[in-house]
Amino acid sequence: MAIADEQAAKDTIVEALKKKKGKTKFYLKDYYKMLPDEKLMDVKRLVNQMVKEEILEYWSSGSTTLIGLKGLGKQHATEEDE
Amino acid sequence: MAKHKTPLIDQLESGPWPSFISDIKLEAESRAKNEKGLDYQIPRDVCEDLLGVLELSYKDGRTHWKHGGIVGVFGYGGGVIGRYCDQPQMFPGVAHFHTMRVNQPSGKYYTTKFLNDLLNIWELRGSGMTNMHGSTGDIVLIGTTTPQLEEIFWELTHNMDTDLGGSGGNLRTPSCCLGQSRCEYACYDTQELCHYMTLHYQDELHRPAFPYKFKFKFDGCPNCCVASIARSDLAFIGTWRDDIRIDQGAVKAYAGGEIPSNAGAHAGRDWGPFDIQKEVINLCPTGCMRYEGGKLEINTKDCTRCMHCINVMPRALRVGLDKGLSILCGAKAPILDGAQIATLLVPFVKVEEPYDELHDIIGKVWDYWMEEGKNRERVGELIKRNGMQEMLKRCDLEPIPQHVQEPRANPYIFWREDEVPGGWKRDIVEFRKHHQR
Ligand code: HEM
Ligand code: HEM
Ligand code: SF4
Ligand code: SF4
Repeated sequence: MAIADEQAAKDTIVEALKKKKGKTKFYLKDYYKMLPDEKLMDVKRLVNQMVKEEILEYWSSGSTTLIGLKGLGKQHATEEDE
Repeated sequence: MAKHKTPLIDQLESGPWPSFISDIKLEAESRAKNEKGLDYQIPRDVCEDLLGVLELSYKDGRTHWKHGGIVGVFGYGGGVIGRYCDQPQMFPGVAHFHTMRVNQPSGKYYTTKFLNDLLNIWELRGSGMTNMHGSTGDIVLIGTTTPQLEEIFWELTHNMDTDLGGSGGNLRTPSCCLGQSRCEYACYDTQELCHYMTLHYQDELHRPAFPYKFKFKFDGCPNCCVASIARSDLAFIGTWRDDIRIDQGAVKAYAGGEIPSNAGAHAGRDWGPFDIQKEVINLCPTGCMRYEGGKLEINTKDCTRCMHCINVMPRALRVGLDKGLSILCGAKAPILDGAQIATLLVPFVKVEEPYDELHDIIGKVWDYWMEEGKNRERVGELIKRNGMQEMLKRCDLEPIPQHVQEPRANPYIFWREDEVPGGWKRDIVEFRKHHQR
């Protein structure tokens, strides 16, 4: 089962991210909450798709992965600790 | 002449063991000479500056690396780990010093051509320093700059037919023991299954799907040469259902000292004559063996396939013929919570294409963990938090005695109301017919 209206789902994610104050990068789980009615694997696929489309970008510590709007916030070093 | 004075880390060369400081110096020297006349794509003195920043860390007692970053190759959320030095003016050679993980071949078989090709790429486009292999099993290329990442990735995938490994909240590079390629103990083809799973779960390997890291490891038998039971979220450990095959003549030969025990591994020192009672029978963890009148007997029902007796007398004892694997779940290193050894999930699965049973369990474990796991919570911690019973329920598995390791450790598997005819409700009138107040 895929997400029925992908564009709407993408917009929901971008809107939700723009509303967040302070932090700019989020765990995959936070994206699940933005689309509560969709299956987790589908949200995962969509989020990774949005990275490919360069709407979002990954941030990785090496052990953990965070995802945020491309170009926003710190580009390296630990965001959580600063 | 070294670029930085490094008296503290030089001390690490004084022991009797091989020293990574000596290795780094060797590479620094080779880059300084540049006998091949390479057009180095990252700073030529990268190794010197690495030694310098390490010396500073020893002096300060703190790290000078910044943790993490957005670097990666296009479309991949794993395989590259961003590292930046927090003293880039002092050590410009390691201002960017990213790690790349490369998927090792199953069982770590290399041709010299592969190794040469790999190092040719890495000398030119990276620091020349490698870690063969990282804890997960992959080839670790230590230290390059952001612009080189795509170049290296292109060459690895197009010229060397290999791929990046996993990092972050992804499936990590699966790894396996060398299995049937060289080992008579192997109960299934670990290399085949590891390779197959690596290809099958490409998307999970390259694009973050999970709350945290997730590792598969494949061991051909319970000797666990890749330590799957201690180091993977899902461990696939070879086992058998029928009897250990016994060659009574060879058992006698071991008992009589004609064949050296442990394939001669203890020959370095005189341990005295081999004592089968003391060294095999009495050490069987389940006490299921007996050696009487020159005959060895094993009560298969009680044998846990610990491998001890087989390891001691490999010419007399062989794994059974009805082979497959056990799936264990939830091991982890002590980073966040304590260390944990994996727990048995599925006692026996035949290893047969198309591996439906394996995919079924993998899918269920992932569904449960993706839904319920907290950020940065390993699946083993989730089992601990919500209980083994919940794990079994989500995997559609019936609890069996083997899921309960020992009373008072984790014996709490209760009936659920829907499993009990009539549920919890009792007809009090009917009850009182049999029981006085
Ligand atoms: C084949 C027979 C029996 C088996 C396999 C058996 C097994 C066990 C086990 C596994 C425990 C739990 C131990 C623990 O939690 O550390 C236990 C506890 C106990 N057993 Fe037995 N038992 C048997 C017979 C009996 C009999 C006949 C009695 C009394 C007449 C009895 C009385 C108890 C009591 C009172 C406890 C609780 C002890 C405590 O809470 O510390 N058991 N038994
Ligand atoms: C179907 C029969 C029985 C069931 C299902 C049952 C179940 C239980 C359970 C669940 C416990 C609590 C264990 C714990 O908290 O660790 C317990 C404790 C105990 N039961 Fe039973 N029981 C049964 C029959 C009996 C009988 C017939 C006796 C004695 C005549 C008995 C004596 C005890 C004792 C002494 C304890 C320990 C109490 C304590 O240490 O707090 N049980 N039983
Ligand atoms: S885990 Fe078992 S099968 Fe694999 S190499 Fe070690 S002893 Fe052999
Ligand atoms: S494999 Fe281990 S448990 Fe089984 S008989 Fe041998 S020593 Fe005992």
